[in-house]
Amino acid sequence: MTLQIVLTVAAALVGVGLFGALSQQSIVMVMMGLELVVNGVLLGAGAAWYFLSPGTPDAQMLVVVALVVMAVEMVMGFAATIAIYRTRQVDMVDMATELHG
Amino acid sequence: MSTLTVVLGVLGALAVAAGVLVFVVDSMARATFALLASFLAVALMLLALDLPYLALVTALMMTMEMAVMAVFMIMFMMNPAGLMPMTMVHNARGSAAVGVTTFLVLTAGIWTVDWPEPAGPRPDDSTRQLGEAVMGSHMLVMIVVGVGLLATILAGTVLATSRGRYDRFGPELDRRRPDDPVPGGLPR
Amino acid sequence: MVEALVVLAAALGLGLVVAVADSVALGGAAAWSDPVREGLRHLSTQPRRTLRPDVLLLRAGVVAVPVLAVLAAAVVPLGGRVLAPSSAELVWFNAAEALLWAALWLVGWGPNAVYSLVGGYRFLAQGLAYELPLMFALITVGVGAGSLRVTDVVSAQQDLWFVVTMPVAFAVFVAGSAAFAFWGPFDPPASADAGGGLLSELSGADRLLVQLGRYVFLGVSAAMAAALFLGAGQGPWLPDIGWHAVKTLAVLAVLVAVGRRLPAIRPDRFVEVSWVVLVPLTLLQALVVSVLALAGVYR
Repeated sequence: MTLQIVLTVAAALVGVGLFGALSQQSIVMVMMGLELVVNGVLLGAGAAWYFLSPGTPDAQMLVVVALVVMAVEMVMGFAATIAIYRTRQVDMVDMATELHG
Repeated sequence: MSTLTVVLGVLGALAVAAGVLVFVVDSMARATFALLASFLAVALMLLALDLPYLALVTALMMTMEMAVMAVFMIMFMMNPAGLMPMTMVHNARGSAAVGVTTFLVLTAGIWTVDWPEPAGPRPDDSTRQLGEAVMGSHMLVMIVVGVGLLATILAGTVLATSRGRYDRFGPELDRRRPDDPVPGGLPR
Repeated sequence: MVEALVVLAAALGLGLVVAVADSVALGGAAAWSDPVREGLRHLSTQPRRTLRPDVLLLRAGVVAVPVLAVLAAAVVPLGGRVLAPSSAELVWFNAAEALLWAALWLVGWGPNAVYSLVGGYRFLAQGLAYELPLMFALITVGVGAGSLRVTDVVSAQQDLWFVVTMPVAFAVFVAGSAAFAFWGPFDPPASADAGGGLLSELSGADRLLVQLGRYVFLGVSAAMAAALFLGAGQGPWLPDIGWHAVKTLAVLAVLVAVGRRLPAIRPDRFVEVSWVVLVPLTLLQALVVSVLALAGVYR
Protein backbone atom coordinates (compact mmCIF):
# COMPACT_ATOMS: atom_id res chain seq x y z
CA MET A 1 0.00 0.00 0.00
CA THR A 2 2.70 2.47 1.01
CA LEU A 3 4.64 1.84 -2.20
CA GLN A 4 1.57 2.63 -4.27
CA ILE A 5 0.92 5.85 -2.35
CA VAL A 6 4.49 7.08 -2.86
CA LEU A 7 4.45 6.15 -6.54
CA THR A 8 1.12 7.95 -6.95
CA VAL A 9 2.74 11.05 -5.48
CA ALA A 10 5.60 10.63 -7.93
CA ALA A 11 3.11 10.26 -10.80
CA ALA A 12 1.32 13.42 -9.66
CA LEU A 13 4.64 15.31 -9.64
CA VAL A 14 5.33 14.09 -13.18
CA GLY A 15 1.84 15.12 -14.30
CA VAL A 16 2.05 18.59 -12.78
CA GLY A 17 5.54 19.04 -14.20
CA LEU A 18 4.39 18.00 -17.68
CA PHE A 19 1.53 20.48 -17.51
CA GLY A 20 3.98 23.23 -16.57
CA ALA A 21 6.59 22.35 -19.16
CA LEU A 22 3.96 22.26 -21.94
CA SER A 23 1.90 25.29 -20.96
CA GLN A 24 4.43 27.89 -19.82
CA GLN A 25 5.74 30.45 -22.27
CA SER A 26 8.79 31.60 -20.38
CA ILE A 27 11.81 29.35 -20.93
CA VAL A 28 12.73 29.48 -17.25
CA MET A 29 9.25 28.36 -16.25
CA VAL A 30 9.45 25.49 -18.79
CA MET A 31 12.63 24.40 -17.03
CA MET A 32 10.86 24.48 -13.69
CA GLY A 33 8.26 22.11 -15.11
CA LEU A 34 10.98 19.73 -16.30
CA GLU A 35 12.62 19.86 -12.88
CA LEU A 36 9.32 18.85 -11.33
CA VAL A 37 9.14 15.83 -13.66
CA VAL A 38 12.61 14.71 -12.63
CA ASN A 39 11.61 15.32 -9.01
CA GLY A 40 8.94 12.67 -9.51
CA VAL A 41 11.54 10.30 -10.98
CA LEU A 42 13.75 10.88 -7.92
CA LEU A 43 10.94 9.96 -5.58
CA GLY A 44 9.89 6.93 -7.64
CA ALA A 45 13.44 5.57 -7.71
CA GLY A 46 13.84 6.11 -3.95
CA ALA A 47 10.59 4.24 -3.30
CA ALA A 48 11.64 1.45 -5.66
CA TRP A 49 14.84 1.00 -3.65
CA TYR A 50 13.09 0.91 -0.29
CA PHE A 51 10.14 -1.28 -1.21
CA LEU A 52 11.37 -3.44 -4.11
CA SER A 53 15.12 -4.01 -4.12
CA PRO A 54 16.90 -2.70 -1.02
CA GLY A 55 19.49 -5.46 -1.41
CA THR A 56 21.00 -3.98 -4.58
CA PRO A 57 22.15 -0.39 -5.16
CA ASP A 58 20.66 -0.04 -8.67
CA ALA A 59 17.67 2.09 -7.66
CA GLN A 60 19.99 4.35 -5.66
CA MET A 61 22.10 4.79 -8.78
CA LEU A 62 18.95 5.84 -10.63
CA VAL A 63 18.45 8.61 -8.06
CA VAL A 64 22.05 9.75 -8.60
CA VAL A 65 21.55 9.79 -12.37
CA ALA A 66 18.29 11.74 -11.98
CA LEU A 67 20.12 14.33 -9.87
CA VAL A 68 22.80 14.65 -12.53
CA VAL A 69 20.15 14.98 -15.24
CA MET A 70 18.66 17.87 -13.28
CA ALA A 71 22.02 19.61 -13.05
CA VAL A 72 22.70 19.14 -16.77
CA GLU A 73 19.21 20.31 -17.71
CA MET A 74 19.64 23.42 -15.58
CA VAL A 75 23.07 24.33 -16.99
CA MET A 76 22.18 23.78 -20.62
CA GLY A 77 18.79 25.46 -20.23
CA PHE A 78 20.25 28.62 -18.76
CA ALA A 79 23.14 28.65 -21.22
CA ALA A 80 20.75 28.34 -24.18
CA THR A 81 18.47 30.99 -22.68
CA ILE A 82 21.36 33.41 -22.29
CA ALA A 83 22.58 32.67 -25.81
CA ILE A 84 19.26 33.36 -27.55
CA TYR A 85 18.54 36.31 -25.30
CA ARG A 86 21.88 37.84 -26.17
CA THR A 87 21.41 37.48 -29.90
CA ARG A 88 17.67 38.10 -30.26
CA GLN A 89 16.33 39.47 -26.93
CA VAL A 90 14.02 36.46 -26.78
CA ASP A 91 13.06 34.79 -23.52
CA MET A 92 9.80 33.16 -24.57
CA VAL A 93 9.48 29.79 -26.27
CA ASP A 94 6.87 31.13 -28.72
CA MET A 95 9.40 33.55 -30.18
CA ALA A 96 12.28 31.10 -30.45
CA THR A 97 11.20 29.62 -33.75
CA GLU A 98 14.47 29.17 -35.66
CA LEU A 99 13.75 25.49 -36.12
CA HIS A 100 10.17 26.13 -37.29
CA GLY A 101 9.70 24.65 -40.80
CA MET B 1 -1.76 2.24 8.72
CA SER B 2 1.84 2.53 9.76
CA THR B 3 3.59 5.73 10.81
CA LEU B 4 5.76 5.54 7.70
CA THR B 5 2.69 5.53 5.45
CA VAL B 6 1.22 8.56 7.21
CA VAL B 7 4.51 10.49 7.11
CA LEU B 8 5.03 9.70 3.42
CA GLY B 9 1.43 10.56 2.59
CA VAL B 10 1.55 13.94 4.33
CA LEU B 11 4.94 14.86 2.84
CA GLY B 12 3.78 13.65 -0.59
CA ALA B 13 0.68 15.85 -0.41
CA LEU B 14 2.95 18.78 0.51
CA ALA B 15 5.29 18.02 -2.40
CA VAL B 16 2.44 17.93 -4.93
CA ALA B 17 0.74 21.01 -3.47
CA ALA B 18 4.01 22.99 -3.66
CA GLY B 19 4.52 21.71 -7.20
CA VAL B 20 1.07 22.99 -8.23
CA LEU B 21 1.77 26.34 -6.56
CA VAL B 22 4.78 26.83 -8.84
CA PHE B 23 2.42 27.44 -11.75
CA VAL B 24 -0.26 29.26 -9.75
CA VAL B 25 1.55 32.07 -7.96
CA ASP B 26 2.32 35.31 -9.78
CA SER B 27 5.59 36.15 -8.09
CA MET B 28 8.59 34.50 -9.68
CA ALA B 29 10.44 34.46 -6.37
CA ARG B 30 7.51 32.62 -4.83
CA ALA B 31 7.34 30.18 -7.76
CA THR B 32 11.02 29.36 -7.36
CA PHE B 33 10.72 28.80 -3.65
CA ALA B 34 7.52 26.78 -4.08
CA LEU B 35 9.57 24.47 -6.31
CA LEU B 36 12.25 24.36 -3.61
CA ALA B 37 9.56 23.44 -1.07
CA SER B 38 8.51 20.57 -3.35
CA PHE B 39 12.11 19.36 -3.57
CA LEU B 40 12.58 19.61 0.19
CA ALA B 41 9.40 17.60 0.78
CA VAL B 42 10.73 14.89 -1.56
CA ALA B 43 14.09 15.04 0.25
CA LEU B 44 12.30 14.45 3.56
CA MET B 45 10.45 11.51 1.98
CA LEU B 46 13.79 10.02 0.88
CA LEU B 47 15.02 10.55 4.44
CA ALA B 48 12.00 8.61 5.69
CA LEU B 49 12.82 5.91 3.10
CA ASP B 50 16.16 5.32 4.83
CA LEU B 51 18.23 7.08 2.16
CA PRO B 52 19.86 9.87 4.21
CA TYR B 53 22.72 10.56 1.81
CA LEU B 54 20.55 10.92 -1.28
CA ALA B 55 17.99 12.94 0.68
CA LEU B 56 20.58 15.42 1.93
CA VAL B 57 22.30 15.67 -1.45
CA THR B 58 18.91 16.37 -3.05
CA ALA B 59 18.24 19.12 -0.51
CA LEU B 60 21.73 20.55 -0.95
CA MET B 61 21.76 20.53 -4.74
CA MET B 62 18.23 21.73 -5.21
CA THR B 63 18.66 24.59 -2.75
CA MET B 64 21.67 25.84 -4.65
CA GLU B 65 19.92 25.33 -7.99
CA MET B 66 16.88 27.24 -6.84
CA ALA B 67 18.97 30.10 -5.47
CA VAL B 68 20.61 30.41 -8.90
CA MET B 69 17.22 29.89 -10.55
CA ALA B 70 15.82 32.84 -8.61
CA VAL B 71 18.50 35.09 -10.11
CA PHE B 72 17.62 33.97 -13.64
CA MET B 73 13.89 34.23 -13.03
CA ILE B 74 14.23 37.82 -11.96
CA MET B 75 16.61 38.56 -14.80
CA PHE B 76 14.39 37.17 -17.55
CA MET B 77 10.79 37.54 -16.37
CA MET B 78 8.87 40.72 -17.05
CA ASN B 79 7.06 40.61 -13.77
CA PRO B 80 9.39 39.03 -11.22
CA ALA B 81 7.67 40.15 -8.03
CA GLY B 82 4.16 39.41 -9.30
CA LEU B 83 3.03 42.94 -8.47
CA MET B 84 1.12 43.06 -11.80
CA PRO B 85 -0.89 39.84 -12.17
CA MET B 86 -0.51 38.40 -15.66
CA THR B 87 -0.62 34.98 -17.27
CA MET B 88 2.06 33.67 -19.57
CA VAL B 89 0.72 30.34 -20.77
CA HIS B 90 -0.18 28.82 -24.09
CA ASN B 91 -2.46 25.90 -24.78
CA ALA B 92 -3.25 25.53 -21.09
CA ARG B 93 -6.16 23.17 -21.71
CA GLY B 94 -4.19 20.78 -23.93
CA SER B 95 -1.28 20.81 -21.48
CA ALA B 96 -3.59 20.09 -18.60
CA ALA B 97 -5.11 17.20 -20.56
CA VAL B 98 -1.65 15.75 -21.19
CA GLY B 99 -0.66 16.18 -17.54
CA VAL B 100 -3.85 14.62 -16.18
CA THR B 101 -3.78 11.76 -18.71
CA THR B 102 -0.19 10.94 -17.84
CA PHE B 103 -1.05 10.95 -14.16
CA LEU B 104 -4.09 8.73 -14.68
CA VAL B 105 -2.25 6.22 -16.87
CA LEU B 106 0.65 6.01 -14.42
CA THR B 107 -1.69 5.71 -11.44
CA ALA B 108 -3.71 2.99 -13.13
CA GLY B 109 -0.50 1.07 -13.70
CA ILE B 110 0.73 1.66 -10.16
CA TRP B 111 -2.42 0.33 -8.52
CA THR B 112 -2.98 -2.63 -10.84
CA VAL B 113 0.54 -4.03 -11.12
CA ASP B 114 1.28 -6.90 -8.80
CA TRP B 115 4.37 -5.51 -7.09
CA PRO B 116 6.96 -8.09 -6.01
CA GLU B 117 8.17 -8.56 -2.48
CA PRO B 118 11.36 -6.70 -1.48
CA ALA B 119 14.36 -8.51 -2.98
CA GLY B 120 17.25 -9.01 -0.63
CA PRO B 121 17.78 -7.78 2.91
CA ARG B 122 17.89 -4.04 3.61
CA PRO B 123 21.51 -2.98 4.27
CA ASP B 124 22.41 -1.42 7.62
CA ASP B 125 23.91 1.58 5.88
CA SER B 126 22.43 2.66 2.55
CA THR B 127 25.14 5.30 2.15
CA ARG B 128 27.86 2.64 2.27
CA GLN B 129 25.91 0.51 -0.20
CA LEU B 130 25.79 3.42 -2.63
CA GLY B 131 29.41 4.36 -2.07
CA GLU B 132 30.62 0.83 -2.73
CA ALA B 133 28.46 0.61 -5.86
CA VAL B 134 29.80 3.90 -7.18
CA MET B 135 33.39 2.81 -6.64
CA GLY B 136 32.81 -0.80 -7.63
CA SER B 137 30.04 -2.55 -9.49
CA HIS B 138 28.50 0.65 -10.92
CA MET B 139 31.67 2.58 -11.58
CA LEU B 140 30.90 2.88 -15.29
CA VAL B 141 27.81 4.93 -14.47
CA MET B 142 29.92 7.36 -12.47
CA ILE B 143 32.52 7.61 -15.23
CA VAL B 144 29.87 8.39 -17.82
CA VAL B 145 28.22 10.89 -15.47
CA GLY B 146 31.58 12.54 -14.80
CA VAL B 147 32.39 12.94 -18.49
CA GLY B 148 28.86 14.15 -19.13
CA LEU B 149 29.15 16.80 -16.44
CA LEU B 150 32.51 17.97 -17.78
CA ALA B 151 30.99 18.26 -21.26
CA THR B 152 28.08 20.19 -19.73
CA ILE B 153 30.40 22.63 -18.00
CA LEU B 154 32.29 23.30 -21.22
CA ALA B 155 29.19 23.51 -23.42
CA GLY B 156 27.39 25.75 -20.93
CA THR B 157 30.31 28.15 -20.75
CA VAL B 158 30.72 28.25 -24.53
CA LEU B 159 27.02 28.93 -25.05
CA ALA B 160 26.67 31.51 -22.31
CA THR B 161 29.73 33.64 -22.94
CA SER B 162 29.92 35.96 -25.90
CA ARG B 163 33.59 36.76 -25.51
CA GLY B 164 36.43 34.73 -26.94
CA ARG B 165 40.16 35.13 -26.72
CA TYR B 166 40.21 37.75 -29.50
CA ASP B 167 37.94 39.95 -27.40
CA ARG B 168 40.19 39.54 -24.41
CA PHE B 169 43.64 39.66 -25.96
CA GLY B 170 43.02 41.74 -29.11
CA PRO B 171 42.93 40.72 -32.79
CA GLU B 172 46.62 39.83 -32.78
CA LEU B 173 46.39 38.07 -29.42
CA ASP B 174 49.25 40.32 -28.30
CA ARG B 175 47.63 42.20 -25.42
CA ARG B 176 49.59 41.52 -22.28
CA ARG B 177 46.65 42.13 -19.93
CA PRO B 178 43.24 40.78 -21.00
CA ASP B 179 40.53 43.37 -21.48
CA ASP B 180 37.80 42.05 -19.17
CA PRO B 181 34.61 43.88 -18.15
CA VAL B 182 35.05 42.63 -14.58
CA PRO B 183 38.61 43.01 -13.32
CA GLY B 184 38.66 39.96 -11.06
CA GLY B 185 40.80 39.48 -8.02
CA LEU B 186 44.11 38.20 -9.31
CA PRO B 187 46.95 40.37 -10.58
CA ARG B 188 47.51 39.79 -14.30
CA MET C 1 14.13 15.72 24.22
CA VAL C 2 16.65 16.64 26.93
CA GLU C 3 19.47 16.20 24.43
CA ALA C 4 17.74 18.50 21.96
CA LEU C 5 17.42 21.17 24.64
CA VAL C 6 21.10 20.76 25.59
CA VAL C 7 22.14 21.19 21.95
CA LEU C 8 19.85 24.22 21.59
CA ALA C 9 21.26 25.79 24.75
CA ALA C 10 24.83 25.07 23.67
CA ALA C 11 24.22 26.61 20.23
CA LEU C 12 22.61 29.74 21.68
CA GLY C 13 25.35 30.02 24.30
CA LEU C 14 28.04 29.77 21.65
CA GLY C 15 26.25 32.41 19.62
CA LEU C 16 26.24 34.73 22.62
CA VAL C 17 29.95 34.08 23.21
CA VAL C 18 30.73 34.99 19.58
CA ALA C 19 28.60 38.12 19.75
CA VAL C 20 30.28 39.27 22.98
CA ALA C 21 33.78 38.49 21.70
CA ASP C 22 33.04 40.29 18.46
CA SER C 23 31.71 43.29 20.34
CA VAL C 24 34.79 43.41 22.60
CA ALA C 25 37.11 43.09 19.59
CA LEU C 26 35.42 46.06 17.97
CA GLY C 27 34.61 48.33 20.92
CA GLY C 28 36.97 47.35 23.71
CA ALA C 29 36.25 45.61 26.99
CA ALA C 30 33.53 48.06 27.95
CA ALA C 31 31.41 46.92 25.01
CA TRP C 32 30.93 43.38 26.31
CA SER C 33 27.27 43.85 27.15
CA ASP C 34 26.37 45.51 23.85
CA PRO C 35 24.95 42.40 22.12
CA VAL C 36 22.44 41.79 24.89
CA ARG C 37 21.43 45.44 25.07
CA GLU C 38 21.15 45.58 21.27
CA GLY C 39 18.96 42.50 21.30
CA LEU C 40 16.64 43.92 23.93
CA ARG C 41 16.49 47.19 22.00
CA HIS C 42 15.47 45.36 18.82
CA LEU C 43 12.67 43.68 20.74
CA SER C 44 11.34 46.93 22.17
CA THR C 45 11.57 49.22 19.13
CA GLN C 46 8.75 49.85 16.72
CA PRO C 47 9.26 47.66 13.61
CA ARG C 48 9.60 49.55 10.34
CA ARG C 49 7.70 48.50 7.25
CA THR C 50 8.60 48.97 3.61
CA LEU C 51 6.23 49.51 0.69
CA ARG C 52 4.66 46.26 -0.56
CA PRO C 53 7.05 43.78 1.02
CA ASP C 54 6.79 40.06 0.28
CA VAL C 55 5.97 39.30 3.89
CA LEU C 56 5.65 35.52 3.44
CA LEU C 57 9.10 35.07 1.88
CA LEU C 58 10.70 37.60 4.22
CA ARG C 59 9.37 35.81 7.30
CA ALA C 60 10.35 32.43 5.87
CA GLY C 61 13.91 33.65 5.38
CA VAL C 62 14.14 35.43 8.71
CA VAL C 63 12.92 32.41 10.67
CA ALA C 64 14.99 29.97 8.62
CA VAL C 65 18.31 31.67 9.44
CA PRO C 66 18.44 30.85 13.19
CA VAL C 67 16.59 27.53 12.70
CA LEU C 68 19.19 26.34 10.18
CA ALA C 69 22.03 27.46 12.44
CA VAL C 70 20.58 25.29 15.22
CA LEU C 71 19.94 22.41 12.78
CA ALA C 72 23.61 22.55 11.81
CA ALA C 73 24.36 22.11 15.53
CA ALA C 74 22.45 18.81 15.47
CA VAL C 75 25.44 17.05 13.86
CA VAL C 76 28.14 18.57 16.08
CA PRO C 77 29.41 15.83 18.40
CA LEU C 78 28.69 16.61 22.02
CA GLY C 79 30.42 14.21 24.35
CA GLY C 80 30.96 11.65 21.58
CA ARG C 81 27.36 11.67 20.36
CA VAL C 82 25.38 13.71 17.87
CA LEU C 83 21.76 14.71 18.19
CA ALA C 84 20.71 13.58 14.69
CA PRO C 85 22.82 10.57 13.80
CA SER C 86 22.74 9.40 10.20
CA SER C 87 25.22 7.94 7.75
CA ALA C 88 25.64 11.32 6.01
CA GLU C 89 26.21 13.84 8.80
CA LEU C 90 28.80 15.89 6.91
CA VAL C 91 26.30 16.33 4.08
CA TRP C 92 23.69 17.40 6.66
CA PHE C 93 25.98 20.21 7.81
CA ASN C 94 26.63 21.24 4.23
CA ALA C 95 22.92 21.12 3.37
CA ALA C 96 22.14 23.41 6.32
CA GLU C 97 24.71 25.85 4.95
CA ALA C 98 23.22 25.70 1.45
CA LEU C 99 19.73 26.31 2.82
CA LEU C 100 21.10 29.27 4.77
CA TRP C 101 22.25 30.60 1.43
CA ALA C 102 18.72 30.54 0.02
CA ALA C 103 17.25 31.88 3.27
CA LEU C 104 19.51 34.92 3.25
CA TRP C 105 18.59 35.67 -0.35
CA LEU C 106 14.97 35.66 0.78
CA VAL C 107 15.87 38.09 3.57
CA GLY C 108 17.31 40.37 0.90
CA TRP C 109 14.37 39.94 -1.48
CA GLY C 110 11.51 40.18 1.01
CA PRO C 111 11.50 43.86 2.02
CA ASN C 112 11.17 45.09 -1.61
CA ALA C 113 14.01 47.56 -1.11
CA VAL C 114 17.08 48.27 -3.26
CA TYR C 115 19.93 47.99 -0.77
CA SER C 116 18.44 44.93 0.81
CA LEU C 117 18.29 43.22 -2.61
CA VAL C 118 21.83 44.34 -3.43
CA GLY C 119 22.92 42.65 -0.21
CA GLY C 120 21.04 39.48 -1.17
CA TYR C 121 22.72 39.34 -4.59
CA ARG C 122 26.13 40.00 -3.07
CA PHE C 123 25.56 37.12 -0.69
CA LEU C 124 24.64 34.82 -3.62
CA ALA C 125 27.71 35.88 -5.61
CA GLN C 126 29.93 35.34 -2.61
CA GLY C 127 28.26 32.00 -1.99
CA LEU C 128 29.03 30.82 -5.53
CA ALA C 129 32.66 31.57 -4.78
CA TYR C 130 33.16 29.78 -1.48
CA GLU C 131 30.64 26.95 -1.76
CA LEU C 132 32.87 24.74 -3.94
CA PRO C 133 36.09 25.04 -1.86
CA LEU C 134 34.04 24.50 1.29
CA MET C 135 32.52 21.31 -0.14
CA PHE C 136 35.93 20.02 -1.11
CA ALA C 137 37.17 20.75 2.42
CA LEU C 138 34.31 18.68 3.87
CA ILE C 139 34.91 15.90 1.32
CA THR C 140 38.58 15.84 2.35
CA VAL C 141 37.54 15.23 5.94
CA GLY C 142 35.24 12.43 4.80
CA VAL C 143 38.03 10.82 2.78
CA GLY C 144 40.41 10.98 5.74
CA ALA C 145 37.93 9.34 8.07
CA GLY C 146 36.55 6.94 5.46
CA SER C 147 33.08 7.92 6.62
CA LEU C 148 30.58 10.75 6.51
CA ARG C 149 29.75 10.30 10.20
CA VAL C 150 31.14 13.03 12.44
CA THR C 151 31.69 10.54 15.26
CA ASP C 152 33.86 8.43 12.93
CA VAL C 153 35.77 11.55 11.95
CA VAL C 154 36.50 12.26 15.61
CA SER C 155 37.64 8.71 16.37
CA ALA C 156 39.86 8.71 13.25
CA GLN C 157 41.86 11.52 14.87
CA GLN C 158 42.93 9.38 17.82
CA ASP C 159 46.61 9.53 16.89
CA LEU C 160 46.82 12.55 14.62
CA TRP C 161 44.57 15.60 14.42
CA PHE C 162 43.30 16.18 10.90
CA VAL C 163 44.57 19.77 10.94
CA VAL C 164 48.12 18.41 10.64
CA THR C 165 47.50 16.76 7.27
CA MET C 166 44.65 19.03 6.13
CA PRO C 167 45.71 22.61 6.90
CA VAL C 168 44.21 23.97 3.68
CA ALA C 169 40.86 22.29 4.30
CA PHE C 170 40.84 23.65 7.87
CA ALA C 171 41.54 27.22 6.75
CA VAL C 172 38.95 27.00 3.97
CA PHE C 173 36.36 25.56 6.34
CA VAL C 174 36.82 28.33 8.92
CA ALA C 175 36.88 31.05 6.26
CA GLY C 176 33.82 29.56 4.57
CA SER C 177 31.96 29.59 7.88
CA ALA C 178 32.77 33.27 8.34
CA ALA C 179 31.54 33.87 4.79
CA PHE C 180 28.27 32.02 5.44
CA ALA C 181 27.69 34.32 8.42
CA PHE C 182 28.74 37.28 6.17
CA TRP C 183 31.00 38.31 8.98
CA GLY C 184 34.44 39.91 9.20
CA PRO C 185 36.17 40.30 5.82
CA PHE C 186 33.15 38.68 4.15
CA ASP C 187 30.60 41.28 5.22
CA PRO C 188 30.00 43.17 1.90
CA PRO C 189 26.43 41.70 1.80
CA ALA C 190 25.67 43.79 4.89
CA SER C 191 28.31 46.48 4.69
CA ALA C 192 27.89 50.23 4.96
CA ASP C 193 28.68 50.90 1.29
CA ALA C 194 25.34 49.29 0.41
CA GLY C 195 23.52 51.12 3.20
CA GLY C 196 23.57 48.06 5.45
CA GLY C 197 22.67 45.61 2.64
CA LEU C 198 20.83 42.54 3.85
CA LEU C 199 20.19 44.05 7.26
CA SER C 200 19.16 47.52 6.04
CA GLU C 201 15.40 47.04 6.18
CA LEU C 202 15.21 44.54 9.01
CA SER C 203 13.93 45.83 12.31
CA GLY C 204 12.54 44.54 15.55
CA ALA C 205 12.38 40.79 16.07
CA ASP C 206 13.31 40.13 12.42
CA ARG C 207 16.68 41.80 12.84
CA LEU C 208 17.25 40.06 16.16
CA LEU C 209 16.58 36.64 14.61
CA VAL C 210 18.92 37.17 11.67
CA GLN C 211 21.73 38.51 13.85
CA LEU C 212 21.18 35.65 16.28
CA GLY C 213 21.36 33.17 13.41
CA ARG C 214 24.64 34.66 12.16
CA TYR C 215 26.35 34.42 15.52
CA VAL C 216 24.95 31.00 16.38
CA PHE C 217 26.12 29.75 13.00
CA LEU C 218 29.62 31.14 13.58
CA GLY C 219 29.75 29.49 17.01
CA VAL C 220 28.42 26.17 15.73
CA SER C 221 30.91 26.22 12.84
CA ALA C 222 33.77 26.79 15.27
CA ALA C 223 32.58 23.80 17.32
CA MET C 224 32.36 21.78 14.10
CA ALA C 225 35.86 22.89 13.05
CA ALA C 226 37.16 21.78 16.44
CA ALA C 227 35.47 18.41 15.96
CA LEU C 228 36.50 17.85 12.33
CA PHE C 229 40.09 19.09 12.46
CA LEU C 230 41.19 19.37 16.10
CA GLY C 231 40.03 16.05 17.46
CA ALA C 232 36.97 17.31 19.39
CA GLY C 233 37.24 16.11 22.98
CA GLN C 234 40.59 14.36 22.71
CA GLY C 235 43.23 15.47 25.22
CA PRO C 236 44.62 14.69 28.65
CA TRP C 237 43.23 15.62 32.09
CA LEU C 238 40.07 17.47 31.08
CA PRO C 239 36.83 15.59 30.35
CA ASP C 240 35.76 15.17 26.72
CA ILE C 241 33.35 18.10 26.74
CA GLY C 242 35.92 20.35 28.39
CA TRP C 243 38.52 19.85 25.69
CA HIS C 244 35.93 20.37 22.97
CA ALA C 245 34.90 23.65 24.60
CA VAL C 246 38.53 24.79 24.93
CA LYS C 247 39.25 24.03 21.27
CA THR C 248 36.03 25.68 20.11
CA LEU C 249 36.84 28.84 22.06
CA ALA C 250 40.38 28.81 20.67
CA VAL C 251 39.04 28.64 17.09
CA LEU C 252 36.62 31.44 17.91
CA ALA C 253 39.35 33.58 19.46
CA VAL C 254 41.54 33.22 16.39
CA LEU C 255 38.55 33.82 14.11
CA VAL C 256 37.56 37.04 15.88
CA ALA C 257 41.13 38.28 16.35
CA VAL C 258 42.11 37.70 12.72
CA GLY C 259 38.76 38.29 11.05
CA ARG C 260 38.31 41.73 12.51
CA ARG C 261 41.75 42.84 11.34
CA LEU C 262 41.34 41.93 7.66
CA PRO C 263 39.92 44.37 5.13
CA ALA C 264 36.59 43.56 3.47
CA ILE C 265 36.84 41.29 0.41
CA ARG C 266 34.89 42.43 -2.63
CA PRO C 267 32.58 39.66 -3.91
CA ASP C 268 33.57 40.19 -7.58
CA ARG C 269 37.26 39.74 -6.76
CA PHE C 270 36.60 36.90 -4.38
CA VAL C 271 34.94 34.77 -7.08
CA GLU C 272 38.05 34.71 -9.23
CA VAL C 273 40.43 34.14 -6.32
CA SER C 274 38.21 31.37 -5.07
CA TRP C 275 37.81 29.54 -8.37
CA VAL C 276 41.31 30.01 -9.71
CA VAL C 277 43.27 29.56 -6.46
CA LEU C 278 41.15 27.95 -3.76
CA VAL C 279 39.42 25.24 -5.83
CA PRO C 280 42.71 23.80 -7.20
CA LEU C 281 44.28 24.10 -3.75
CA THR C 282 41.47 22.21 -2.04
CA LEU C 283 41.49 19.61 -4.83
CA LEU C 284 45.21 19.15 -4.30
CA GLN C 285 44.54 18.84 -0.58
CA ALA C 286 41.95 16.15 -1.28
CA LEU C 287 44.44 14.31 -3.50
CA VAL C 288 47.14 14.41 -0.81
CA VAL C 289 44.70 13.14 1.80
CA SER C 290 43.47 10.39 -0.54
CA VAL C 291 47.04 9.17 -1.05
CA LEU C 292 47.70 9.32 2.69
CA ALA C 293 44.48 7.41 3.34
CA LEU C 294 45.58 4.71 0.89
CA ALA C 295 48.94 4.58 2.65
CA GLY C 296 47.09 3.88 5.90
CA VAL C 297 48.00 7.06 7.78
CA TYR C 298 44.52 7.50 9.24
CA ARG C 299 43.99 3.92 10.37
